[in-house]
Amino acid sequence: MAGEAQTATGYIQHHLQNMVFGKLPAGYTRADGTVLSESTWTMAHSSQEAADMGFWAVHLDTLGWSIGLGLLFCFLFARAAKKASSDVPRGFQSFVELVTEFVDKLVKETFPHRNTMVAPMALTIFVWVFLMNLMDLVPVDWLPMAAAKISGNDHLFFKVVPTTDPNATLGMALAVFALMIFFSLREKGAIGFIKELTLHPFHTGKWYFDLLLIPFNFLLEAVSLIAKPISLGLRLFGNLYAGEMIFILIAIVFGVGVLGFIGAGLMHMGWAIFHVLVITLQAFVFMVLTTVYMAMAHHRDEEHEHDQ
Amino acid sequence: MNINLTLIGQSITFLAFVWFCWRFVWPPLLGVMQEREQKIASGLEEAERASKDLELARRKAAEQLKEAKEQAAEIIDGANKRANQIIEEAKNAAEAEGDRLKAAAKAEIEQEVNRAKEQLRSRVATLAVAGAEKILSVNIDAQAHDDLIEKLAAEL
Repeated sequence: MAGEAQTATGYIQHHLQNMVFGKLPAGYTRADGTVLSESTWTMAHSSQEAADMGFWAVHLDTLGWSIGLGLLFCFLFARAAKKASSDVPRGFQSFVELVTEFVDKLVKETFPHRNTMVAPMALTIFVWVFLMNLMDLVPVDWLPMAAAKISGNDHLFFKVVPTTDPNATLGMALAVFALMIFFSLREKGAIGFIKELTLHPFHTGKWYFDLLLIPFNFLLEAVSLIAKPISLGLRLFGNLYAGEMIFILIAIVFGVGVLGFIGAGLMHMGWAIFHVLVITLQAFVFMVLTTVYMAMAHHRDEEHEHDQ
Repeated sequence: MNINLTLIGQSITFLAFVWFCWRFVWPPLLGVMQEREQKIASGLEEAERASKDLELARRKAAEQLKEAKEQAAEIIDGANKRANQIIEEAKNAAEAEGDRLKAAAKAEIEQEVNRAKEQLRSRVATLAVAGAEKILSVNIDAQAHDDLIEKLAAEL
């Protein structure tokens, strides 16, 4: 029993470890016992090594799959856009137009300002995040095993769902955050943005009271501002990570006798069907929230312009 | 599960894909969709206009048909009247002509009768004279001849 539990834990841990390429410091004792004479960029051979690489490491699988899927999105949509004509749309073009129109409508409803970048960004997020989430529906062992067979390394770490890596989701959220700051500064100016952060939400109209309220206001506004990208990234990550985890657990049950196999098959099917909803919903939520944040960044509180 | 350089890489990737979509995917797609929207809108408008035109044409045709019918009726009416008039005129003319012919014939007959009478009178007179001569050469009986002459004169 102990051995079995050990392998199950090992299986799960193996599935949750990214393929890491990073820098190990000089004098580091590697997993196989060798000691590095100087700091080197190398592939991590164990979770410990990956952890010890610290910040200077790259998840090759996360970036590889996300870039690959992003390129797939760009290729498919750019081709559809190039071939598009105003005649009767057929096949893939009508699908692309359906998605585009859906996103366009949504953005028009939630984003009343003038910015041509927001709608394409929403489309990119929706389709790209959906594609990345979709990788979750590929049975958990298929691609890692294929990769292990191709590379000849049985212990190759290979995570195929980029959105189960907080780096990916928080990375996107960070980019959204940067755009929020950028558009806030562009639309309101530095002064306007600072005023928004310090004279909100409590505001009396008398300057000496407002001066006293600045620290309190700033604390509240800063927290709510920073909470936006973090919640945006962690929501997607949490949902997909949990989904992936359950797929892994179900995959373990496959090995437990005939009954386990049948039970796991049913469970896997049930969870996958449910998960179709989750991955679409999460991609949609990420897109909508990004659009809402962009709208907030563009929103000018006219009432504040007249104060002072 | 560690936060590392991947975060930055993903951010850059994200922005790159957004830029690509913004530049190369969105404008042509939306352009085409708007173009089609306009096409459909103008098509619908044209259809509506065409159906209006059709309705108008139909009404016009009906009106013209009615007018034509009225005109035809009028023409037929006129023609009938004219025909009656012509018949009337012809009748009158014929009557007048008949009367005239009758009058002329009567006058001629009268003339002929008068002439015949005249001839007859002159012949009777001659006859009477010849008869008288004959009678005279044979026997003059004034009384007896008187009656005879008187009878003759009365017969004329």
